[in-house]
Amino acid sequence: MSPLNPARTAREYPARYRLEAARCDACGAVSYPARLVCPACRGRKFSPVTLSPEGQVLTWSVIHVGPSSHKHEVPYALAIVELTGGARVTCQIADVDPAAIRIGMPVRLEFRRIQEDGEAGVIAYGHKAVPA
Amino acid sequence: MRDVAIIGIGLSRWGEIWDASLRTLWTEAALAALDDAGLDHIDAITVGCMSPGLFIGQEHLGGLLADELGMAGVPATRVESACASGGVALRTAFAEVAAGLADVVLATGVEKMTDVSGDECTAALAAAADAEVEVFPGATFPALYAMMARAHMARHGTTREQLAAVAVKNHRHGSLNPHAQFRQQISVADVLASAKVAEPLNILDCSPITDGAAAVVLADLATAKRLAKGRPIVRIAGVGQASDRMALQSRRDMTTLPATTAAGERAFKMAGKAPVDIQLAEVHDCFTIAEIVVLEALGLCPAGQGGLQAESGRTALGGALPVNPSGGLKSKGHPVGATGVAQAVEIVTQLRGAAGPRQVPGARVGLTQNMGGTGASTVVHILEVAS
Repeated sequence: MSPLNPARTAREYPARYRLEAARCDACGAVSYPARLVCPACRGRKFSPVTLSPEGQVLTWSVIHVGPSSHKHEVPYALAIVELTGGARVTCQIADVDPAAIRIGMPVRLEFRRIQEDGEAGVIAYGHKAVPA
Repeated sequence: MRDVAIIGIGLSRWGEIWDASLRTLWTEAALAALDDAGLDHIDAITVGCMSPGLFIGQEHLGGLLADELGMAGVPATRVESACASGGVALRTAFAEVAAGLADVVLATGVEKMTDVSGDECTAALAAAADAEVEVFPGATFPALYAMMARAHMARHGTTREQLAAVAVKNHRHGSLNPHAQFRQQISVADVLASAKVAEPLNILDCSPITDGAAAVVLADLATAKRLAKGRPIVRIAGVGQASDRMALQSRRDMTTLPATTAAGERAFKMAGKAPVDIQLAEVHDCFTIAEIVVLEALGLCPAGQGGLQAESGRTALGGALPVNPSGGLKSKGHPVGATGVAQAVEIVTQLRGAAGPRQVPGARVGLTQNMGGTGASTVVHILEVAS
């Protein structure tokens, strides 16, 4: 049950590689990743939207005991970031001194390597935040 | 609906129990509960267990465990709601008895966590978060609760020391409980000096990895009165369950637990009670911040003042509202699927007046709150001594 099964990884490409999301035609709420039912109003019609990579830190932690997939990165900072337009992402904050992270800190999402499945397996990409 | 009572309670050994399997631990708890009730038959079994597939490569616990108990033939069902699995197993059993589908149901919970490595255990527990949105980028459960803590500290001025006070209190309570996994007392300084896990949470802010099982026997009130043996009859007066958005990032206010609030309101309404009527509570302190936010969500303290409760002594034994007199998940241990049932075992013990040195004097109404993930599933039970 590798979380990096090729099909499972590939179907997340639109969201993870290109920040593609869905705006509800009925209420305007942005769902990221896209889904079939709007959690705000249960609307079922959406229009595609690309997220702004700019945002700010809502809350964060510095992880010292990591899962095996990220053990080589500890300590690393993880945050919930609110992007311009209101969508939220859970992502790492890279290229930063953890002591400098603050709630409200402006950040920008950058395309980065997130996980890899050994030497011959899938390399999974996505976004990390960096100080803006 | 029929009135439902808890007529038997049982726990297995809790801790790192290397010489006992899941089925052995579960059967220990089941037999203890049946013996306590004075019964040799049941009409059905529910089993709360989060992840036997990932922890021991075993699914289909209903059939397996009915067989182990020599009860093959009765309906036996596993239910899963992450760390709320035990509480949901209790609610499922309650519903069967209340609806008249069964007169006597054995509600149980179990988890066998130490047959896998620490990494495999972390991965199994992480499966209770959103795999694509939270786990993929590197979130862990301590980190998700740490982010809740950070938001609570920024919003309400909750201090690092107030978080630690929850662990200190629960270890003091657990030191009085022979069933607790970690019975040593700790200080605020110990918590602050312990190893960092996910800032601002340290290892002594986190509940441990535990093997263990818990069981209770539920019966309709008529059966309960027949089997009371002169003991107080403990009635399940209110039950509430609710769900919430799965990922923490989806929660508009990350310092709240809306599912816990909703589950509590449903349970209070069914019981015809209010937060002020609760005399003691067993709540889901998987991390120190969790107890703080849960007390606020249930209305057991004002919003934003959860941090003051342990620090002031209000929620300690001897205080106005003892919380987690068993030692809670932090000290008693947290075999995830067993926790929700074990909370009920503690409240029944207290309402029977049988809790020994950790007894809450005169306790007649208690509450349990058990939640999964970062609060996407919560179940609340209100128990009271039947008049």
